[in-house]
Amino acid sequence: MAVDISQFHEMFFEESFEGLEVMENGLLNLPPGSSDIELINDIFRAAHSIKGGAGTFGFNEVSEFTHDLETLMDLMREGKYSVTSEAVELMLQAVDCLRHMLTELKDKRPIDYSNASEISKHFKLILEKPESTAPEPEQVSATNDTECKSWRIGFKPNPEMLQTGNEPYRIIRELGELGCLVVHVLLDDLPSYDLIDPCECYLAWQLDLSGEAVSRDAIDEIFEWVIDDAEIGVEELSGAKISISQEAPAQHSDDSKESNNPLPEPTAVSGEVLPTSAVAINSEASIPRSLETTKPKAEPARGGDSKSIRVNIEKVDALINMVGEMVITQSMLCQLSKEYNEESHNELVSGLAQLEANTRELQESVMSLRMMPISFAFNRFPRLVRDLNRQLEKDVELVLHGEQTELDKTVMEKLGDPLTHLVRNAMDHGMETPQERLEQGKPEKGKIELKAFYEGGAVVIQICDDGKGLDDKKIQAKAISNSLIQEGEVLSREEIQDLILRPGFSTADEVSDLSGRGVGLDVVKQNIRALNGSLDVQSKENSGTTFTIRLPLTLAIVDGQLIRVEDSVYILPLTAISESLQLEEKNINTVAGGVDLYRIRDENIPVVHLNALFGHDKAEGSEYAKMLVVVESNERKIGLVVDELLDQQQVVIKSLEANYQGVEGLSGATILGDGTVALICDIHDIFTMSAGQYQLSFDKIFQSGHNYAA
Amino acid sequence: MATILAVDDSASMRQMVSFTLQGAGHEVIEAEDGQVAYDLAQQHSNVDLVLSDVNMPNMDGISLIKALRGMDSYKFTPMLMLTTESTKDKKMEGRAAGATGWIVKPFNPDQLLATINKVIG
Repeated sequence: MAVDISQFHEMFFEESFEGLEVMENGLLNLPPGSSDIELINDIFRAAHSIKGGAGTFGFNEVSEFTHDLETLMDLMREGKYSVTSEAVELMLQAVDCLRHMLTELKDKRPIDYSNASEISKHFKLILEKPESTAPEPEQVSATNDTECKSWRIGFKPNPEMLQTGNEPYRIIRELGELGCLVVHVLLDDLPSYDLIDPCECYLAWQLDLSGEAVSRDAIDEIFEWVIDDAEIGVEELSGAKISISQEAPAQHSDDSKESNNPLPEPTAVSGEVLPTSAVAINSEASIPRSLETTKPKAEPARGGDSKSIRVNIEKVDALINMVGEMVITQSMLCQLSKEYNEESHNELVSGLAQLEANTRELQESVMSLRMMPISFAFNRFPRLVRDLNRQLEKDVELVLHGEQTELDKTVMEKLGDPLTHLVRNAMDHGMETPQERLEQGKPEKGKIELKAFYEGGAVVIQICDDGKGLDDKKIQAKAISNSLIQEGEVLSREEIQDLILRPGFSTADEVSDLSGRGVGLDVVKQNIRALNGSLDVQSKENSGTTFTIRLPLTLAIVDGQLIRVEDSVYILPLTAISESLQLEEKNINTVAGGVDLYRIRDENIPVVHLNALFGHDKAEGSEYAKMLVVVESNERKIGLVVDELLDQQQVVIKSLEANYQGVEGLSGATILGDGTVALICDIHDIFTMSAGQYQLSFDKIFQSGHNYAA
Repeated sequence: MATILAVDDSASMRQMVSFTLQGAGHEVIEAEDGQVAYDLAQQHSNVDLVLSDVNMPNMDGISLIKALRGMDSYKFTPMLMLTTESTKDKKMEGRAAGATGWIVKPFNPDQLLATINKVIG
């Protein structure tokens, strides 16, 4: 039977990545000298499973690499090797390396083994094995000679062999598959009927086997499980001796005394057991079933890389339950429609209300399928903080709160980098060295807390450190030198702290290896904005800084403002809108480059005509009897000219890419209550597009806006 | 066709084993560790073969085999250990506990079927 093994790959990868998490977390909690056998066992098992799975599913390189790690864990498990920080460090590196290898394999990319072989070398040193000891496959390949060979086998099971589940009949059957088999049963030890214990085996056999390419290895393999439970003798016969011989079977060792007995003539008893003294079993399969011939090949996995999520079974049950209720409501309504009259109108209304409730519940449960506990995003941080502690010579403890808070899978995936950046930032800039902390009268050990919780319809994630806090004066000076603010401008504390999130600001005097990297916090803010979220900072000098991220529960549904542009309906994400107003002609000023600026209070905002941007034909009527919707992206504002503001409602985002093709300026589409399709605007895209429309960079537009205002 | 109790803490291994055995027409009872397998074994007296991993949480494969051998309905039931080459001593330990034999990991579906045919039917 041909089983396509690649169908199990996805699960193997998923499981292995989980195993790596287990190993990583385990290793991080394994102090030198530890003898926490539970923990060591957990790590060992995870490594063992990855190794076993990798071998089975054809990733031999992973299997071999994991072998040393597993061996070392095994030694620790047996107390033969004590836990040292070097060993833990090495194993953590190996975990990283494995993660890399598995990721590359999963994405079907070639692997760079240089790191792996380096780590393997270190393992060999630790294990004091100078030579590479990649596990040799235990099975020895059968010799493939096609010569006809004959063997005489003496087989006498120990009386209790049956109680290991081994059955002589099956062993003989197996031998019969190798070639032509002549079976003689030996009844010498058979006691009288009243002395027979049905649980024991009293028979012995002499087996003559002949066939093409019957190798000794193939025979040994069949007896592999019973060598210790039986006396077995195997002797190669010359071709002439294949006919039933009256002579004693040849010995392979002297301890096989049983086979010294001459072959019995068919006796009364044996005649009852076997119809004739000799039974020939012919086999269709004359090729030994060598394990070698079916060695797993590392064939590339087929099939698309469909992504999967793990769903708690309770969620699925709830879903099925809800669908059940919906079916009941539907059949109730169906029944009602058949006998509909005026009196049943109220029933219809309540039935529809029921259906609406069912639908909403169903929607919520389906959305929850995409939700994952935030621990998936948090899990990498204990490791990160540990590494940074070493690197920066700081002593910081990481505390996680609310790891079970659930978040949309897509949001989670995109949250990784911003979170990493913020934690690095806290480690690098926020936290002091133990020395500095003591001087400030603080506890030597610093603390960074990662918190997640729900607040309203949003998930809030906080990164709090108890470090030195933000230096307002330094920030202000820096902002002035980077011309983010004017000299002498009076700002509140919050406004000053918000400056660090502005583009073009970086507090570090030099770009450090860590948080610097030429990427400022503004990029973090931008990334979180892209998820329809927000980033705020609060800080108190000398007692720490807190970054707060607020995210919508899901990306699949957005609170939308429906707008009309000519005869089409568009949707703007509500979170992007800062205000809407009636457009007044007198407030529009056209400046150089044909840019329209709209004066709101003391600001000048570039105006974008959505009808022109989206290529609608101009309808009759005055252009300025319209609405202006002010939207914000990345700290900048533009005013969108629309014809009418319609309802606000939650809309489900459908992908344009999947159903049609990506369109600039649009993030997706949705279906409205009346069945028509409305397009959802991508505010960030619209900024870029309108800048192109004016053939000016937005910096210049804003520059001119400032000049105009000044 | 046989009823097979397959025990492994790795979901992908269980999936592969089950899929292969079911494809060959066998009925498969899955368990994710020795304890679960032991409980299931008590509910099912018609198991023709036990396939068990060695390293598992809660109850390992060796303990499972030892426990099952002690039950009347499992006295002669073939029990195979799924083991790796690095645990050679485990084979001996397993035999002492009453294991019928072993399948060396890594194995592929064809090897699995060939091996179990040695002990069923």
